[in-house]
Amino acid sequence: MTASLPPLARSRAALGLIAGAAVGRLELQVCRQCGAVQYPPREACCRCLSSALHWKVQDGRGVLLAETILRHSQHDYFRQHLPIRLGLVRLDCGPSAVVYLHDNVLPSASRVQVTAHLDRAGLAALVAFAAEGVMRIGNAGMTRSSLLNEMVCDPKGRKVLVTSADAGVGVALVRSLLDAGAETVWAGHAGPPVAVPDGVQLVALDITDDQSVHHAAAAIGNEVDILINTAAAHSAPHDPADLSSARLEMDVSYFGLLRLAQAFGPMMRARGAGSAAKPGRGACAWVNLLSLFALSSAPGKRTFSASQAAACSLSRSLRADMQPAGVRVINVFPGVVDDVDREASLPATLTATSLARSIVRALQDGIEDVYPGEAAQDWYQRWRDDPKALERELAVVRPPTKRSAV
Amino acid sequence: MSRAQRYDDVVVTAPVTVPYVRHSSDGAHWFVARALEGILQQSHLVKDDLDGLCLSSFTLAPDTAVGLTQHLGLSLRWLDNIPMGGASGVVALRRALRAVQSGDASIVACVAADTNQIDTFRDTLGNFSRFSQDAVYPYGAGGPNASFAFLTAHYMRTYGARREDFGKLCVAQRTNALRIPHSLFNKPLTLQEYMEARPIAEPLHLFDCVMPCAGAEAFLVMRKGRAVDLGLRFAEVLATMERHNAFPDDPIQTRGGWALDRDELFAQAGVRHDDIDLLQTYDDYPVISLIQIEDLGFCAKGEGPGFVRDHAFTVDGDFPLNTCGGQLSMGQAGAAGGYLGLTEAVRQITGAPLGAAAVPNARVALVSGFGMINYDRGLCCGAAILAGGGT
Repeated sequence: MTASLPPLARSRAALGLIAGAAVGRLELQVCRQCGAVQYPPREACCRCLSSALHWKVQDGRGVLLAETILRHSQHDYFRQHLPIRLGLVRLDCGPSAVVYLHDNVLPSASRVQVTAHLDRAGLAALVAFAAEGVMRIGNAGMTRSSLLNEMVCDPKGRKVLVTSADAGVGVALVRSLLDAGAETVWAGHAGPPVAVPDGVQLVALDITDDQSVHHAAAAIGNEVDILINTAAAHSAPHDPADLSSARLEMDVSYFGLLRLAQAFGPMMRARGAGSAAKPGRGACAWVNLLSLFALSSAPGKRTFSASQAAACSLSRSLRADMQPAGVRVINVFPGVVDDVDREASLPATLTATSLARSIVRALQDGIEDVYPGEAAQDWYQRWRDDPKALERELAVVRPPTKRSAV
Repeated sequence: MSRAQRYDDVVVTAPVTVPYVRHSSDGAHWFVARALEGILQQSHLVKDDLDGLCLSSFTLAPDTAVGLTQHLGLSLRWLDNIPMGGASGVVALRRALRAVQSGDASIVACVAADTNQIDTFRDTLGNFSRFSQDAVYPYGAGGPNASFAFLTAHYMRTYGARREDFGKLCVAQRTNALRIPHSLFNKPLTLQEYMEARPIAEPLHLFDCVMPCAGAEAFLVMRKGRAVDLGLRFAEVLATMERHNAFPDDPIQTRGGWALDRDELFAQAGVRHDDIDLLQTYDDYPVISLIQIEDLGFCAKGEGPGFVRDHAFTVDGDFPLNTCGGQLSMGQAGAAGGYLGLTEAVRQITGAPLGAAAVPNARVALVSGFGMINYDRGLCCGAAILAGGGT
């Protein structure tokens, strides 16, 4: 079964909007030669005809020239979300754009701010917010638009499974999800049962064990709306001389994800597709906690980096599998997490609590690729600017051994 | 800029309308054939007399005008394909006039035809243009409804137009359509019904939007001498213009290319606004009729609402507009919507109106075309001033 989705067809140039939307930014095409900002995306500059175009972050401020309320659509997906409020905005940076209007834009408004989100098809869509308002869709109740709500995966009122919820980031996540209004939180634990807050149900789940994963899936798989896999945070400290620790990293990060995907993936896909009849319900997100080292390998953490790269690659395939069902796969790429790696090679650190909050916020905001904390943001920017330069930069980092990074 | 060469003794004749139907299981090819058949009947020509064809259609795929030559057994020495939607009629006329004038062709059939099968309209919307695909369709706004809703909302806010003003045009056009035997809309429309219609894309309501349908429009272009020999009624073309992507820096469309070219258009035609006996605007939504009335110089920019309040637009009114009912009351048969005003104008000024829809003493007509909402605005504008030549 395939969910009813927004239109999928885009020109290759238009796909360029997605990279920004995936991290919650509005990026538009800018001409390197004359500086013109243009939209919709083109193959050449509409002012000087140069093909030297690149994507740059824009502040999205502009004037709302006109608005309409669609009460009719030829398209199945939009029909179930009518009425739809749209605006035509003249961005201060130049072009005019058709945008969704958030509820906080008053009908008489003139100034708005536009950002890019991912729609249920995983493609970029522009949304305008009140000029001085908060630019957020999620944190439920802020919009009555079922269509905008489908751009995010707000945990409020949803049932969430957290793997490895008995330690570190997992514990913090359970708390953050409860704070965010999750209806049910299942705390997966590989070890002996632990004390959990009210409203949390323990689920025995060892992601390195086929049987354990299948039992958990059989028990709760057809109820899970959001699955958060925190396995990578619990990799064993590794010894570069010891193959078995490298094997364990692979077993947790890569095979663990593969087991979860095989056991929970089909059920979540079916419930994502099945939710089409009830907008805002059903399976909506799958989160994988990875590491920045998934993007670029650090020689000091070579086996860990490799396991993260493998998991990241698998996660992107999972994303492609889940997309037709409207289930968003979110990858989280933290740098070093304080509680886990106190003497890390990187100066800026992130606590487990703030990492958990970043993950919940990403769900609420519909972010697909999350780089939580200053260090991760810095590395992400360097990676996007020039992956080759980052490869060399990481090569000179010499972290102490017997440390694990997240 | 030097003035364009006049069209001398090349004329337009044999206007044909293939009656519109809401849906059809026939292809666009069928409608082209019916249009050509109508042309040949009216002109007493045979198929082999045609040596040029100018075609517009959205629903001929995978064929183009080329495939049609073999499909319909036409051997031609001149062939053109005009994908300009609502500007197709005027632009086809311009191309055909020059082809005949230069001797590249002697008799050109200009045809716009489209079918409307159950899913045709939706398919056309989804594949209309790259910018629509990338930046409009993903917002639920299949088709030009949302774009015209923006233009209408902005026009109302900026120039004080009210829904009643648009309603007056729609009601007048329906009154015109009721005089025509094959109109798809055969019930009167009152202003109250217009005002109470269900919203489609606010501020647009049901009667602001054209109804997609199937049908065809066509005419012939040939030398005046040939038309006289054949005993045909014909119209002379005094002047024409076309303009594409005018005013690209306007943040939202409030004007079209007519505003750039209307002075030259009237100068070349040698007529004044008072000489125009009837106006055919492109009218897929009423706001664009007001914009054309302004940009063609019948009133100043922003005075459209007042102009509407001060005039009567039925065939017996003081400003006959869209005298066959326009698309709003005839239906929009795809690209044929871009020909409708032209065939109707030729009928009116050659004394051969449909049914009882005659504009008294009509001699000079202005026909305006507007087409292709590529993204947030219509890109193609055209206009022609025609005069009845006699029989």
